[in-house]
Amino acid sequence: MSVRFEVSGDSLRITFDGPLTFETAGSMFPEIMHKLKTGVRGISVDAHRVDAMDTAGAALLIHLEKHQSTLDLPFEIVGLAESYRKLYHLFDRAILEQTWEDEEIRWHFDAIGRRTVSLWEKVKEFTAFCGELFVALMKSISNPSRIRWKDVFITCESAGVGALPLIGMIGFLIGLILAFQSAIPMRRFGAEIFVANLIGLSMIRELGPLMTSVILAGRSGSAFAAEIGTMRINEEIDAIVTMGFDPMKFLVVPRIIASLIVAPLLTLFFQLAGLAGGAVVMLSLGFPFVTYVQQVQSAAATSDLLGALFKVTVFGVLIAAIGCYRGLETKAGASAVGASTTSAVVSGIILIAVFDGIFAVIFYFMGW
Amino acid sequence: MEANLEPPFIRVSDLRVMYDGTTILENVNFEVGRGEILFIIGGSGCGKSTLLKSMVGLVEPDPGSVVFGDRDLVGATGDDRSAILRRFGVMYQGGALLGSLTLLENVRLPLEEYSGLPEEAQDLLALMKLKLVGLEGYDHHFPSRISGGMLKRASIARAMALDPEILFLDEPSAGLDPVTSFELDRLIYFLSRNLGITFVIISHELSSIQKIADRVIMLDKSARGIIAVGKPGDLAASTVPRVKQFFSRGEA
Repeated sequence: MSVRFEVSGDSLRITFDGPLTFETAGSMFPEIMHKLKTGVRGISVDAHRVDAMDTAGAALLIHLEKHQSTLDLPFEIVGLAESYRKLYHLFDRAILEQTWEDEEIRWHFDAIGRRTVSLWEKVKEFTAFCGELFVALMKSISNPSRIRWKDVFITCESAGVGALPLIGMIGFLIGLILAFQSAIPMRRFGAEIFVANLIGLSMIRELGPLMTSVILAGRSGSAFAAEIGTMRINEEIDAIVTMGFDPMKFLVVPRIIASLIVAPLLTLFFQLAGLAGGAVVMLSLGFPFVTYVQQVQSAAATSDLLGALFKVTVFGVLIAAIGCYRGLETKAGASAVGASTTSAVVSGIILIAVFDGIFAVIFYFMGW
Repeated sequence: MEANLEPPFIRVSDLRVMYDGTTILENVNFEVGRGEILFIIGGSGCGKSTLLKSMVGLVEPDPGSVVFGDRDLVGATGDDRSAILRRFGVMYQGGALLGSLTLLENVRLPLEEYSGLPEEAQDLLALMKLKLVGLEGYDHHFPSRISGGMLKRASIARAMALDPEILFLDEPSAGLDPVTSFELDRLIYFLSRNLGITFVIISHELSSIQKIADRVIMLDKSARGIIAVGKPGDLAASTVPRVKQFFSRGEA
């Protein structure tokens, strides 16, 4: 395949020789476009020797024609065989334009306004969701036989029992590392014994509930969003609604109850593993195990433990609720499930951090 | 205009496909002529989809060969294989368009990957393909926002992106209303007669078969292969019980 150019005056004659197809059009396109920029006006295409043409070839000719017609310049094709001419004329020029229907955002203020409005809508939606959820939970509690216990236990197993190895490992390692790292500076003051107090207080009061909730958000909040989101795009939620079930009662309540049960249990396990990690360091520093236990007991009171368990129960409900909410609001398409899952984890962790701060203030003023 | 049946364009010979030790198809032999519209029909579970999958290289037959022109897809690897794969396009039952891309982007995807054309030409070509299937003006819609019939047509547009010689369609009219289904038949006929595209179509739609099929191949579950081949009229007049039953909509 070759293409030849002859310039006479301000008009360009393009002669094609050989096939005008996908194989050849790609390399000729830039060459021809380059020629057009040299200030030619009229274009005449000699296609006598074109012996094959597909839609890529037709696209090349149409592109030339459109280029000329937008500039109101002459264009002609001579010698194109009948069958190729038919292909060339198959396409109506007027409709070969892209339609744009994205709303144009003209101002940054405009964008800020839109964001604010949509954020406010989200807040309202989530508030409505919380209200609905509260009503559904109250109904379920007043009539426990209506709760789908089978689903509750399945979720307990996947979100609770399945998380034990991870919770145990991370708890143990954090306890171990924290004890080891703090033992080094403490040793300079001969205060290694207080490493036990540090581990006891931080594990039981703060790290236990916080880390457990973060792990729960990453493992189970995301799973809830993905499960319910996939059901949404497969129209399973629609099926549930038209069968007369309440998705809130059917899907959300069992998951909330399950995380209500497993969050405190997992926290206890995390705290125990963390304390065990600290114990390893203390034993290796030469303290007897009894001393370690006594120090921990003197540092952390029962009220610390109860406060932590209360906190994590709230976190557990928040994580499950935001996971289910993100799942239910999933839009269409495979990428939407991914987006819901991501936002379930992100908003879960944000909520945990915010509520942890709120609890810190409350506990401070209550003197706990 | 009659389709040109000589020389055979696709030749399937001695094909056998097994799943987990169960033979689904065996001794399958047939040919498809250039420009022909061939329908593959049969009851559910008779191996229609399996036959289609083995023709497009998703399932490896053992033994068997699927020859396009003079090249066998079975056993072909690397560049040989991609050269054969580029000769055909496939429309899957559900459309299988990518949900995160607009229709234009979906059709442009194969062009971006294989054509080497500049971007403006890719856009133009994608618009031309959408125009061919009657979806002009829908280029910036997402697949989730269009109807089932439009989804199928968009999927055909994507399958046609690189001007394939052959289009495989898996149940194009399943789930469509009669009018849309009729328009799809017209589109297939138009593409076949105007652009010379060869069609291999899996379908149950008797009206489509009678209207546009050049030839029909009927598979049967108990025979594990072909029980009838011929023009739709010949099959409709067949005395073979199973064929007769199919063409009389179940009445024995």
